[in-house]
Amino acid sequence: MGISVDSPADTRLHMLQEAGYKFTFLSDPNLEAIRRYDLVHANEIESGKDIARPAEFLLDRSGTVRWRMVTENFFVLARPEQVLEAVKTLP
Amino acid sequence: MKRINWQIWAGFVLSLVAGFSYPFVFVRWPITREFPWANLVLFAIAFALLFLGLRRAFKPDKRIVSKIFSSLAAAFGLLNLAALLFMIFVMGSWLPASTAAPQVGQKAPAFTLIDSNDKAVTLAQMLTEPINNQPPKGVLLIFYRGYW
Repeated sequence: MGISVDSPADTRLHMLQEAGYKFTFLSDPNLEAIRRYDLVHANEIESGKDIARPAEFLLDRSGTVRWRMVTENFFVLARPEQVLEAVKTLP
Repeated sequence: MKRINWQIWAGFVLSLVAGFSYPFVFVRWPITREFPWANLVLFAIAFALLFLGLRRAFKPDKRIVSKIFSSLAAAFGLLNLAALLFMIFVMGSWLPASTAAPQVGQKAPAFTLIDSNDKAVTLAQMLTEPINNQPPKGVLLIFYRGYW
């Protein structure tokens, strides 16, 4: 599922309708989860607000992190094939 | 006979295409986004054309105006390339350190957030709620910067 500071309305319009994604999107406008995962990007220069830095975590059903990618450059994100490879290791 | 210095024009236009095709086109696919191969190839062609155009403009019989114009066009092309590389490799890494993010083997912190239907959803729920009558094998959390 995707998590960002975007509002549910923005997510509906841009991620579900325009981009056509089918998975769950959660809104974290107050950066509660984003802060708990230490992913706050304060005063981000383009948006001028506090947002999430990109990161991906694969959890098994017990909620334990099995694979993660915390990028150092936001042009480099987890590729689908990397995630699918990691999913194979889930019990 | 006076002929247009097409190499300068073509090189100039191609350098614009090479720069702007990154945010508008090549940013979509990981293979052209992570390292801008496609754009660098376009820039290489653009600079070859600009070089030919410059050489032509600096022949002794050419006017000073065309020398100045072609130099500006070439300089602008270089600036364009520098801006693209700066955006990807410098601005792209303007991210805060994230030392306390959960590591592999650690429990992911719990949270409750609002989904796109304005409904509260917990991580625990996502980990247990069946999908097509099957318990989920796991959950992928994708933190992203936003739709923009």
